[in-house]
This record gives sequence, structure tokens and C-alpha cells, in this order.
Amino acid sequence: MVDSAVPRFWREIPQRYNLLGNQCGVCNKIYFPPTESCPICRRKSMDKMKDFKLSGKGEVVTYTITHVAPEHFEGQAPYPIAIIQLDEGPRITAQIVDCDINDVKIGMKVQSTFRKIQEDGWLGAIYYGYKFKPVK
Amino acid sequence: MKLREVAVIGFGVTKFGELWDKSFRQLIAEAGAKAIFDAGISGKEINALYVGSMSAGRFIGQEHVGALVADCAGFSQMHIPAVRVESACASGGLAIRQGFMSVASGMSDIVVVGGVEKMTDVVGNEATNTLATASDQEWEAFFGATFPGLYAMIATRHMHEYGTTREQLAQVAVKNHANGALNPNAQFQREITLENVLNATMVSYPLSILDCSPVSDGAAAVILCAADKAKKYTDKPVKIIGSGQASDSLALHGRKDICTLEATVHAAKMAYKQAGIQPKDIDLAEVHDCFTIAEILAIEDLGFVKKGEGGKAIDKKITTLNGEIPINTSGGLKAKGHPVGATGVAQIAEIVAQLQGEAGKRQVKDAKIGLTHNIGGSGASCLIHILEAM
Amino acid sequence: MNKVGIVSYGANIPRYRIKSADIAIAWRKDPDSIASGLNIMEKSVPSLDQDVATISVESARAALARCDIDPQEIGAIYVGSESHPYAVKPTGTIVAEAIGATPNLMVADYEFACKAGTAAIQTCMGLVLSKMIKYGLAIGADTSQAAPGDALEYAASAGGAGFIIGEKNFIASINDTCSFTTDTPDFWRREGRKYPSHGGRFTGEPAYFKHITNCAKNLMTRIKTKPDDYDYAIFHQPNGKFPIAVAKMLGFSYEQIKQGLLCPVIGNTYSGASMLGLASVLDVAKPGERIFVTSYGSGAGSDSFDLTVTDQIEEMSREKAPSVAKMIENKEYIDYATYAKFRDLLYWE
Repeated sequence: MVDSAVPRFWREIPQRYNLLGNQCGVCNKIYFPPTESCPICRRKSMDKMKDFKLSGKGEVVTYTITHVAPEHFEGQAPYPIAIIQLDEGPRITAQIVDCDINDVKIGMKVQSTFRKIQEDGWLGAIYYGYKFKPVK
Repeated sequence: MKLREVAVIGFGVTKFGELWDKSFRQLIAEAGAKAIFDAGISGKEINALYVGSMSAGRFIGQEHVGALVADCAGFSQMHIPAVRVESACASGGLAIRQGFMSVASGMSDIVVVGGVEKMTDVVGNEATNTLATASDQEWEAFFGATFPGLYAMIATRHMHEYGTTREQLAQVAVKNHANGALNPNAQFQREITLENVLNATMVSYPLSILDCSPVSDGAAAVILCAADKAKKYTDKPVKIIGSGQASDSLALHGRKDICTLEATVHAAKMAYKQAGIQPKDIDLAEVHDCFTIAEILAIEDLGFVKKGEGGKAIDKKITTLNGEIPINTSGGLKAKGHPVGATGVAQIAEIVAQLQGEAGKRQVKDAKIGLTHNIGGSGASCLIHILEAM
Repeated sequence: MNKVGIVSYGANIPRYRIKSADIAIAWRKDPDSIASGLNIMEKSVPSLDQDVATISVESARAALARCDIDPQEIGAIYVGSESHPYAVKPTGTIVAEAIGATPNLMVADYEFACKAGTAAIQTCMGLVLSKMIKYGLAIGADTSQAAPGDALEYAASAGGAGFIIGEKNFIASINDTCSFTTDTPDFWRREGRKYPSHGGRFTGEPAYFKHITNCAKNLMTRIKTKPDDYDYAIFHQPNGKFPIAVAKMLGFSYEQIKQGLLCPVIGNTYSGASMLGLASVLDVAKPGERIFVTSYGSGAGSDSFDLTVTDQIEEMSREKAPSVAKMIENKEYIDYATYAKFRDLLYWE
């Protein structure tokens, strides 16, 4: 993450805190993150996209256990990162938390939760967002 | 559309590795000079310069790379057009295509195409962060997905859907090291065993450090020339008979199928069509094995084997130096090294050497048609070229 | 007092736990005597990605899950803590954004050691009763810091709870509240310092006991109740012994405080302590039952509350969010080294 990217983060708060995507007014397909226009309907969908809040429920499509962590994530390794198929259709990439790393499986049902994602060092802003935990 | 035919009339490659003594400028100058001498052209004959470099800005704090490379090649007073292109790890392949289009369209007769990356001037962590800029910064990297992590997720899914095993992935690395041991310019010139790979430090399950290509410095350059003028410069010109490029969603989670790089499929279709050939006509290929799983995907997506059969192909050894379709005779990104921007151009150099019969201990018998496959990020861009000995 | 009460509630307790015994062993102390001396068996530990903001958001979301309130009708949010993620920049706005309550509401963060959450409840009561707002959200949460090797290390834990205050459809009416406040420096943390300091035994009788007993007696005198009138009592719980002692002093039984006594299994969640105790009681309370709460915050002060559970509690789908008991059971143990890493006791550069 580039230091001091506060406006970049702030703009995405509705997505990162609340999974706010959008829906095509023509074909009803749901997108996350929101798109300016629907890739299927293209021109016809411009100005017809509506806000849509995703439920945060989904299932693991694939995952990995990351042992060598990038900057800002060092203390958390090893951690699972997964691609999750949200119930409404879009896929999302996020960490899986609140479970043993050996229990992460393709097909596991998960639910979004609010966590700290990164900090911009000691002095910078704190960035919150979504992670996913298993649904019991 | 009527396009001129384009040939490669010379190439030059530096050693790849952790080259503490060599700067970015020295590396590209070295590769460029080697290529120019190999082609036997004079600098004055160069109409334009194309260079691929993923991230000189982050690795050495330097932008304006087109002008810089023309300058350190000694061309500053020739005032030729100098173009730097970027497509993450496919920057080199993209530079080749841009150079190819320049000659094919008739806008240039002779161009030099280079690729260069100097990755060891920054600390390891910064190199990793920079490579991660090839992924989706907002929706992948921000949340803790690393570059190896993305490919590891492809591997997990491929293992789940097709039964591919860690052993099959490891064999890709073993094969490429065996080839690299025969390549004097390769970063790693030693063989490794299956056990070495399986027991190596885990980077992102299921990929260990030996499933991953290294951080490297290096440069490569080729000289492209209108095919009908090529014999003036060399008696072993190699024609580029097909060029393909395609894009796909930046984030892995946006792809139609996690185990297929559509960018490869579409770029390959474009290149095969232009060349008028089928996958089975390819004698050998340099593919983008940034991680072992990437090579398995590549041989499937290029049409050499059916989707899902990449692992079995490795088991059957059809991609070894003596196999039906040798893949990565240079040692691939894994053993040869992966100075990001240089890779796409170095792949061309390897195929040209093979088609010219100059690949030394790595020579594939009767190599007539070769293919290069260069991927950006986790598959958001792909550049493919098909070459044939003239 | 006119009608005001708790419309909904939610809580959040991080999953990781460390046993007092393991902390004691790290410092070469006798594990058994420490645990039994404090009556704390284990405490909750926040992971690297949890802090007061995440705990507050999860608590607020749990409260909203249990009721039908439109978050846009929440007129005020107050988050009380002594470990807000920022010294300057409110936690309350993060919560407001994360529950969709922005932009037409009042927000501020509170600090009053362990009673910042109950102070927030009182503020919300006032705003609701004065009809300035329809609903107020009061949250108390902490990921409190303790110096390595200090006695507080066995207790300082992480957790929180939030209460939506309104004037109708409440599951428990808040019949009255009062406070007892003096300037008593028993425990404090200076600006910019990482760990708190305390007055040792001074934190007992002149601090904790004096404020809780006086405040409790004042409220019961005012509304003419006795300890026997209550089904449940919740007192602030800096360790597992003090609340039992103060209950006895006031004439409450162990049976009455049992449901709200969480310290022995999750430690002292500071601003979350009395709040979580109340949440734990609301998880099981039945219509007509009476609840007595007295919090304590160092510095010092206590807030007392008298509540009556209403029929509305049976209408509420309490299972829409995890109960305190469920969150207590959902745990994973860590060792002292992992604890030190999570609590930033090692110096990272």
C-alpha cells in the first residue's frame, strides 16, 4: 500500500465496510466492486446502475495459506487467503479468519466480518475492511 | 490488411542473476550492443527503439525509460523514437509486438527491441511489493493477497478440479533446472531434485520457494528487420510468423475460470491464425513459468494438451528437452531467472537460437517452429509470438 | 423518570484466549496461586486485526441484527473506551459508517476508564428522553493494555457491547440511573504512554469499593429498592474477586451476580466489562425480571442503573446474533509468545 493514500482508501469505505456493490438496471447482474457500466449490457446500462449491498455470505472457491507475508501483514503469517463466491454472484479476494488454517476447504461456507486490514505505519491512518469467517 | 513480414536478425542476452556490479543502464547497453553486433548492423540503421521494463520507477526510481535506454545505448544523437512499454511481467513480450508492428506496418525497416529489469537495488520486501503491483492493488494486494498467493490459489483449484499434485508441480521446477544447468546465462546452473522442491520453505501453500521464479537482474535485446531485407544481415534469419496479444480481468477473482488464462487462449488463437498453424505444429516453446503451476496452465491454454491434463503431461515427460514438445529449454523463468521486463525478449532470443541451431547443449533436434508465451500478472495480459526458421 | 429503555443489544468477544497459568509461567510465578488469587482462569486477547473499532462495529451490527431499526434513525453514537485506535479521530464515526447511520447524527468518543460505556448509556438516555433523538447507540469496548509482568497483565482483556436506547419497544426499561463521582487517581495512563499506572492497594477500598457502594446505595435509596428486589446484579469486574466482595457488602448474593460475572473466563474488558455483564444477563432474562447494574471507572466514578425486563424481550430474535456464552465458548488458546506478538509487547520497526 502506498503511504498516505488516505483519499484512495476513503473513497472505497462503502465497499470495504459495507460491501456496497451495484446492480445493472438492464440485466440485473450484481457487481462487486461497483462498475461504471455492466460489461454485458455496456452502453445500455450506463446511468442505469443501482447501488446494491451484498449480504457477505458466500463460499470458498479456492484458497492458499500464505507463509511469506507482504509488508503490513508480517505478524499474521501464516494466514489463509481465499477467493470467495458471494451468494449474489460476484467473487471477492479476502483473508479467512477465526478458524484453524488447516480447516479451510474449497466449498466452506463463510460470512464477512469487520476487521483491521492494514495500518500506514505508526503515524498513518488505519484501514478497516472485510475478512471472512466460517459459518457454523 | 497487408503487413510486411518481419524477421529477427540478431539477439543479445546478458547473464541473469543477482548482478550487484551491473546497473540498469549497463545491463541494457550490454544486451543492446550484443544484439547489434550479432545482427551485424550499424547503429545508424536503427529506425526506432522499443523497450519493456515493468517498474524501473519503483526498482530504481527512474521513469522516462525509453529516452534513458536510447541514451545509454549511445543513440541520443540519433534522435530516434524510443518507446517504453509496460504490461507487468509481459512488458518484454509487449515490446516485441510493438517492434513487430512498427516493422510490419512499414513505419520502420529495422528496430531494436530490448527488455531490462534491475530488481536487486531494492531490499527484498520492496521487490515483492513492486511485483505485487501487477495484481489488483485495490481488491487483491490491499487485502493481503501476494503474487505467489494468487498463483497458489490457481494451483489449489487445479489440484481440486483435475487432481494435479504437488509432485507434478515440482517436476516442472526439476525439469527447468535440468535445462538451466545447460544454459551458461542462466541464474541457476544446478539441478534440483523432487525432494528439494517438496521440502523447500513454503511460500504460499502449495507453492514452496522452489516453485517460484527468483528475483533477478538482466537484459535482453533483439533486432527486428523487414524479412525481405533480412538476408543482407544474416544467413540465419528467423521470421516472426504470428503475434498475438490479449487482456483479461486484472483480478484473479474476475476470471471466468480460475484454472484457465483466457488471455493466453485468445492471444494464442490470434497468433496461430496469423501464422496459419495449429498447436501441434509447434516444435518447442518458451512459456511463462513464473510459478510451476503457470507452466502447467500454459501447456493446456496453448493447446498442447487438453485442459486439466497439464499435470499428466509432466508425468509423461513430454515437455522435457527430449520430449515431444520441449518447454522452456532455456531453463524457463525458474532457472534462467526472471528480470521482469527482460523475460519476454529473452524468450524470443532462446527460440531464435534454437531455430538457428545455436542452442549448444540445449539444442532441440529439427526445431523449425517455436512459440514464446509471456504473461502479465496473474493472467491479465498475454503476449504470444510464433517464429519459424527462414 | 419517563419511559426509556434498551431496544436492542449486541456484543463481541475476540476468540483468542490465554490462560493466567501461562502468563504466570512466563514470569516464573506460581500459576495456581495467581489464577485462584485473582479468580481469573483465562482472558480474551484481540488478534492483530481486531481493535476497539472492529469490536464496536461487530457489537453494533449484532444489536441491529436483533431488531428492525433503520440505522438512519439512530441519532447519536457514543463509543467509550480507554484503547481507542486513535488518540484523535473518533471510533464512533467508523461505527456510524459501518452500520449505515451516517450522515445525520451526533457522534463522540468517551473516556472514563472502565465506565465510559455506561456513561454513554446515560447520555443516550438524556437525548432520547429530551426527544432530541429517536434512538441512541451506546458502546463500551476495550483492548486494554497491560505492562508485561505487571499484575494487570492477568486481567486486561478485550471485548465490548453496545446498547440501542429508545423510548418505545424496549426489551428492558431503564427505570432510573445515578452516578457517584470524585477525583480519585487510583489508576491512570498519561498521554502518549503505552501502559497504565495504578496505586496498588489504593485501587480497592477508597476507589472501587467506595464508589460502587455509595452509588448503589444512593440509587436504591432514591427508588426505594433492596437487593432482594433484583433477579440479577452486575458490578464492574476488574478481577474475579472484587465483584463478589462488593456484592456481599451491599447484600447481593453470588446467585444474583453469577450470570453477569464474566471476568473469570474472559478477564477485565474495561469499558466493555459492565456492558458485557449486562448483555450476558439480557441473553437469558425473562419478562418482569429486575436488573441492577453498577459500573466503576477509575479516576473515579460509578454509574448505577435499575432495569426491568419487558415482554418485548420474548418478541426479540435474540438468536440473530451470538450470545455472550456462545462467544465465550468459541475460543482458541495461544501461548505467551503469540500473546506478546499480538499485544505488541515486542518492538517492531
